[in-house]
Amino acid sequence: MTGAETATGVASGARGSVERVGALVSRYYFLLRGSWPRMLELAYWPVVQMVMWGFMTVFLATKTSYVAHAFGVLISAVMLWDALFRSQISVSLSFMEEMWSRNLGQLFMSPLRPAEMMAGLLTISALRTLIGVIPATLLAIVFFDYSIYEGLGIPLVGFFAALLVMGWAIGLAVAGLVLRFGLGAESLAWVSVFALAPVSGIWYPISILPGWLQPVSLMLPSAHVFEGMRSILIDAEFQPASMAAAFGLDAIYLALGAACFRHCFELARRDGQLLQSGE
Amino acid sequence: MSAAAPAPSEQNVGRRKPLDALTGTAPPAIEVRKLVKRYGKVTAVAGLDFDLPRGEVTALLGGNGAGKTTTLAMLMGVITPSAGSIRILGIDMVRERYRALPRMNFSSPYVDLPSRLSVYENLLVYARLYGVTAPRKRVAALLESLDLSAFRDRPTGRLSAGQRTRVALAKALVNEPTVLLLDEPTTSLDPDTGDWVRGYLEDYCRAAGATLLLASHNMAEVERMASNVLVMRAGHIVDQGQPDALIARYGRRDLEEVFLDIARGRPAATPDTDAPS
Repeated sequence: MTGAETATGVASGARGSVERVGALVSRYYFLLRGSWPRMLELAYWPVVQMVMWGFMTVFLATKTSYVAHAFGVLISAVMLWDALFRSQISVSLSFMEEMWSRNLGQLFMSPLRPAEMMAGLLTISALRTLIGVIPATLLAIVFFDYSIYEGLGIPLVGFFAALLVMGWAIGLAVAGLVLRFGLGAESLAWVSVFALAPVSGIWYPISILPGWLQPVSLMLPSAHVFEGMRSILIDAEFQPASMAAAFGLDAIYLALGAACFRHCFELARRDGQLLQSGE
Repeated sequence: MSAAAPAPSEQNVGRRKPLDALTGTAPPAIEVRKLVKRYGKVTAVAGLDFDLPRGEVTALLGGNGAGKTTTLAMLMGVITPSAGSIRILGIDMVRERYRALPRMNFSSPYVDLPSRLSVYENLLVYARLYGVTAPRKRVAALLESLDLSAFRDRPTGRLSAGQRTRVALAKALVNEPTVLLLDEPTTSLDPDTGDWVRGYLEDYCRAAGATLLLASHNMAEVERMASNVLVMRAGHIVDQGQPDALIARYGRRDLEEVFLDIARGRPAATPDTDAPS
């Protein structure tokens, strides 16, 4: 059988992969489209967080010169942090959706490959993150007269992308662990990213951490993103090295996350767990 | 219900038939050699050897825990064998299963379709995953022939058990498979619908030249549909043959009595020297 010859005339190689990833993305799109509460929920928490930290900013701006000097530093931080969280949770939840609906076995009996499953999860994560975060950024303009687009400028695209990829890496690792250890491990999806919050320097500079903890912090892409964000908002200076470090670390973590998912998938095949998943 | 199985499209059948099938040199649809599956100290499948010829219906029988579902899952590639080999349509399933999977499909009560998606959405997703040419047309044809058009936009989770079984069957046929593995396909169906589904499957297999491996506890279904039977117990194939031959060999009236004899370890009245020990 040649590469182009299959039972159904399906394209092989890259084109076939793109078609299968598209099929999987359409499955998640149908799910979102069919439920307006799900759509609303995507934007709900980012907006609530933004409003809360926006009022905190208004209050602190009258009390501290730090916030008064860089009005958007807290609002920008909360919105970027939410981009990371949305990215991770979207990968993990979309995968768990397959386990809840006992669809995982069906998917992997089809020609869908694990790498294509991952690509589909990452694609829908990007869409869900944008749907979740963009309304909050627009409402920040309305409520607090602060535009993250003007505040951070073009580097915002890089910061967002770096956090998105970091979220993907954690999300894939969590999906793999849930596949391996069952839905009893699903709470990992909700808590894993928050374990990194204290050392990500979201609200404060890395320099205030104890000396021994700072190298740990600098191993996270998120720490470089938030340092870079503060450099722009406080010192009006873009630091390409922070951005490069964030993307370099992202590449490593994404490879590790994908390897974790793949390894757990093979263990699940060995132990017959793909047919046993479900509530 | 009166619809018949739609004939596989000329385009797909023409593409599917390899030259060796036409010249009579085609390998069996399924070749299994020394297949073993162990979970720790438990051996679920203990050294299966069988060939299934192309275009025939074979039933896989056995009590609960005999190893039928594990065997089907290994054939589909979602469980890795501990030892042995599986070739489907001549393709090594351990090393090259993605070459064979577009030509196969499966249905089982152990898996489901997303309950919040509509029937149409679910089938469309799977048609695209299998790379079906003109997926919307194929899904529409399946909905029509399986009498599901009225439920096209209904969430799959809101269907009755019988309707869901027919949707699962539609998903299993969405890519017009050459090799079809069905685990208890008519479970939860009333006798009339079950009879209709059996007829539908027979028509499909005849029209497509498809090979069907059927795991079932319904002995009347097996007698009607299968030309060959493999009987499993505790991970082994303990007997096999044509349904009539098995009934005669055990001196029984029907396959249900044969099944009970085998499940309870009673030997055949006339042992078959070719049957596995």
